[in-house]
Order: sequence, then C-alpha cells, then structure tokens
Amino acid sequence: MSISELEFQAKSVEETPGLAIEGRSQWWLTWRRLRRDKLAVAAMIVIVLIALCAILAPVFASLTGHGPAQVFPNIGVTADGLPVGPGATFWLGTDNLGHDLFVRIMYGAQVSLFVGVVTTLIATAAGVSIGLISGYFGGWVDGILARVVDSVLAFPYIILALSLAVVFGPSLTIVIAVISFFSWAGIARVVRGQTLSLKEKEYIEAARSLGSGPWRIMFIDILPNLMAPVLVLATLNIPAAIVFEATLDYLGLGVQPPTASWGNILADAQSFYQEAWWFLVFPALALVITTVAFNLLGDGVRDAMDPRTERVFAAGRGRKRRKLAKPGGGPSSQYPDPPRQPSPGGV
Amino acid sequence: MSLVRFLIRRILSGIVVLWLVATLAFFLFFARNPEIVARNLGGRAATSAILAEITRRLGLDQPLLTQYWHFLDRTIHGNLGISYYSGGEPVSTIVSQDIPRTASVLVGGVVIWLVVGLSVGILSATRARSLFDRSATVGVLIGLSFPTFVLGEVLLLIIYLPLNEHGYHWINTGYAPLSQGVITWAGYMILPWVTLATVQAAVYTRLSRGSLLDTLGEDYVRTARAKGLTERRVVYRHALRGALTPVVSQLGIDIGVLLGGVVVVENVFAVNGLGQGAVAAISNGDLPTIIAFVLIASTFVVVANIVVDLLYAVLDPRVRIS
Repeated sequence: MSISELEFQAKSVEETPGLAIEGRSQWWLTWRRLRRDKLAVAAMIVIVLIALCAILAPVFASLTGHGPAQVFPNIGVTADGLPVGPGATFWLGTDNLGHDLFVRIMYGAQVSLFVGVVTTLIATAAGVSIGLISGYFGGWVDGILARVVDSVLAFPYIILALSLAVVFGPSLTIVIAVISFFSWAGIARVVRGQTLSLKEKEYIEAARSLGSGPWRIMFIDILPNLMAPVLVLATLNIPAAIVFEATLDYLGLGVQPPTASWGNILADAQSFYQEAWWFLVFPALALVITTVAFNLLGDGVRDAMDPRTERVFAAGRGRKRRKLAKPGGGPSSQYPDPPRQPSPGGV
Repeated sequence: MSLVRFLIRRILSGIVVLWLVATLAFFLFFARNPEIVARNLGGRAATSAILAEITRRLGLDQPLLTQYWHFLDRTIHGNLGISYYSGGEPVSTIVSQDIPRTASVLVGGVVIWLVVGLSVGILSATRARSLFDRSATVGVLIGLSFPTFVLGEVLLLIIYLPLNEHGYHWINTGYAPLSQGVITWAGYMILPWVTLATVQAAVYTRLSRGSLLDTLGEDYVRTARAKGLTERRVVYRHALRGALTPVVSQLGIDIGVLLGGVVVVENVFAVNGLGQGAVAAISNGDLPTIIAFVLIASTFVVVANIVVDLLYAVLDPRVRIS
C-alpha cells in the first residue's frame, strides 16, 4: 500500500463522522423530497405498471389466447378487410391484418422499455467518460472532443439514422446503436462543463499533490460529484430514446413487423385512421403515457436533487410577501445556497 | 472589426465541418455495387457494354479515393451529380423542387414555435405558481411527451377528419404553392406547422420559464426594482434580456432536432419536400441525392448556428464575440 493510499484512508477516516451524515443525508433528503412529490410517485407507479405489462406480456397473451404475431383472418378482420373494433374477443380491437391489438401493445412495451433503458446506459457511460476526459485534460484533447461533440449535436441525426438503417438493414441493434450514438453528446457536454469547474477545486489539487493519477482523480474524485446532473440527464434520456425508437419504427427503419412495437403499429395505423380510430388511439396512448411518466419522474428527480428549484420557488414566495410590505427572505434558509455552477446546455 | 474576424473564423470552421460531413456521407454511401446503379440507369434492356459505359462515365470503375476526389471537386463547383434513380435527372433539379415545400414547413413552424414557446414561458415565470403557470407546466409535459408523428396522426384524426367529413376543406394535407394564394397555402401548411411547433414550443416554454425565474433572482434585477422601476419594465427591459441567453444557445443545438421534425412531419402530411425526398432517396439507394440532402441539411445547420451565435452576442453584452 502506497503512502498516498494510506493518507487517503487516514483522511477519509478522519472525516468519516461528518462525511457519513452529510453523504447519507443528501441522498436521503433527495429521496424524501421525491417521495413528497405526488406526481413523481404517481409516475413511478405508472412506470412499474408498464414494466409489469412488458414482463407479463406472454401471460396476457395466454389469457386472451391470442399470440402477438397470430393472425385471425376470419374473426379479426371485417368482411371489407377492415380492423375489428374493441369488444369481448379483442379487448382493444384488431389491426388491419387481424392481430390482437391488446396483445401487440403489451409486447410493444418490451421493445420500448428495452431500447429506452439500454441506450440510456450506453449513452450515459460514453457521455460521462468522454465528458470527463475532455474537461479534465483540456488542451488539444478537449479541442478535438469538443469538435466531435459539436458535430454530433449539429448533425441532422434523422438522416444518419435513416441511412445507417438502410446500409446495414433495419434491426433492433441498429436502432440501439443509432440512438446511443446521438444521445451521448448532450451528456458529454454537460459533464465536460461541470468537470471544468470541479477540477479547479482545492480537493482536486489535494488529490494531485497526494500523487493521484488523472484517471483516479477523474473517476474517483470528480465523478461522484457529477452524479446528480448525470442521474437527471439519464432519467430524461429514457423518454427521449423511447420517442426516437418509435419514430424510427414509424419511418419503417426500426423494428420490423411481425415483431410488435408501438412505432410500427402506429405506422400501419396511419392508413386506417379514418375507419379504425382504436388502431391509432390505443398504441398512441400507450406511448404517450409512458413518455409522460418518465418525463414526470425525471422532473421529480431534478427538483428533488437541485436545491436551487427550492430557492426559486422560495424567491417567488418571497416576492409576494414583499408586495405585502413584509420584507426579508422567504423560507429559503432551509436549504443553503448551493455553490453556483455553470449549467451548460439545458439540463 | 471583431465582427468581421468572428464571421471569417466561423465561416472557415463551418467549411471544415461541412467537409467532414461530406466525407462521412461519401464513405458511408459510395456505390458499393456499381452494377446495380448502372442497371437502374440503363434500364432492363441495357447490354453489358452499355452498363460498363454508364459505370465508366459515372467514374464508378475508378479507385475509391479518385472517386472521392471527383466528388469533392464537382461538389465545390456546385454540381450535385445526377440521381441514380429517377432516370438520371440532375440532383439539383430534384432538390430545387423540394426546397420551397420544406421552407414553407420550416418558416411557419419556427415562428409558431418561438412565439408560443417564449410567450407562454415568460407569462409562466412572471406568474410563478399561479393557475396559468401550473396548467402551462402540465401542457409542457404533455407536449414534450408527444412524439411528433403521434401528434401529427392525432391531429389528422381529431381535426382533419371531422372537418373534411363536415365539408370544410380549407385544412388539407399535401402542398399548394404560395402562387395559389396565401390562404390556400396556409390551409395546407397549418397542420404541419402546429405539429412541428408543439413539441419544440414545449421545450422553449420550460427553458425560458426556468431561465427567467433564475434571472429574476439576480442582484441586478433587485437593483432595478430598488430604483423604483415598474415591474413591467424590470421584467421586459432588464431581466428578459439576460434570460434569453441560454434560450438562444439552446436554439443552436435544436436546429438539428428541428430537421428531424421536418422529416417526420413531411411524411405524416405528405408534403413531399426535402425530408420526404430524403427518406425516399434512402429507400431507393439513390446515393448522390442522399449526399445532396445531407449536405443541404448540414449547410442549413452551420449557417443557422452562426446566426444564433450572432444573436447571442447581441443579446448579452457580456459575451464578447471571439
């Protein structure tokens, strides 16, 4: 064990009492604030329900007796070849080929959630690493990486997405690759900005003087301090990825039928919206409810983690008081002013 | 002087970006199988001699790097090549037919997006926690969560369909050029505009609300209030200017997103502009047309970004153009 590691341990032991309380209370406070946010709790419940739908899709399929790709040419389509409306046999109606729409929507949840979560994990890992490297090393490394980030952000993403899908053939893998490729840059930009300001802090200088190498400083000393914005960005990335995936499917460049996805159901539905409203409305509802829930949760996490939102509301209340000739600060002292950090991009 | 230097620098770096994009697009889309291209152009009856002649004339038999060099050379001279698909028509002809359609969608969409987004955001911030603010926040969330194509389809279902069934045909899908009258043109464009604007307006409502609330907490705003200025003057003259800076910088990032929206909207409402053309070109494997679309889109992004940076400097005197 090297001296620096010993000293590192000694330092952390010395500060343990303070650190433990501080550290736990920050996450605990966040959780407490999140729990008090009724909308965020409702969103969490909805997300759990949607996840259950995705996991239990085969159960629903056996319950109705209709497979996700099973076609019912006799009872699933009217004599004119049109979809059948919602009823006892087909709970949410059928599509133009005579699939059970309910079962397909349940299976569609699998695709959406899978893509949303997997691409967010990939994008977050890549974005955080590249942002840290760019911000910490600075100089020409930063110059090149920043150019790359700018190019990715400025590139008309849908065109590259469409082209890749055509060059390599549409598939789930391509969808995941495309969405991840376009999601990391935003995260990298925010992480870079935060790293730029954090690396000037005294404790980083202390770590360096103890002999910590750049990688250790980046991932052990700086990264934990970035967790709050990264978590918020990641949560808000999930609905964006779900929308992106559905859009690719809609344009016929993502998941292909007979595999059910909300996007490809909606693509087929567009030709039948005049005759079969359910064909369009139910998958659209599933998609919108899912993205609303994730957006609400992301907002909730952001509000719970960022004491500044508290301050903003407190300032708002304070202003009203002032109008009533009652000067003085609002109840903002409950949360100390956070260190002012530059917030590049719209978090 | 500094403005000129800034412009020169930005234009030079814009050219570098365009070159990178063109290179990327070229190597992604170069004709891997010249025979298919030649067959497309020559028709079914073409003999192998004719096919070889077509391949030779297009330069597809040359080494890749030579092809790349020719591609750069003719692109710089404004020649976008010929389409591999629609009977060898020059790409510039195809593109120039599509541009007014896409421009129509973009202009109206962007105006509605910014006007609605900013005004709702400002009203929400100045009436923080009021009923208006709360309903706006809910509206923003719903707007944010609607994928563009879903919103478009829903608008077709709840607006276009009932109106048409009851004999109102002003609102339509497709495209009518401005020469048929502004009203007819707007009737075709209104649904694409609303669809394109809604999602983005939601983003900007949220952004401008948050930013203005932050700015209203700044010291200089307190100073302005302390001077006894009216609330209206404090908000619109002092705070708003500072609050718009992050909004404008987001504008630069969102231009690429906007183009994605245009592609989707054109497909939903059958506008048949650049976006729909790009999707068609990609499904047809029409490589020169694809590259042209990519270059046009990127040029648009680069130019728009320079405009945004200029706006940025105008709004915030602290930002030095450099």
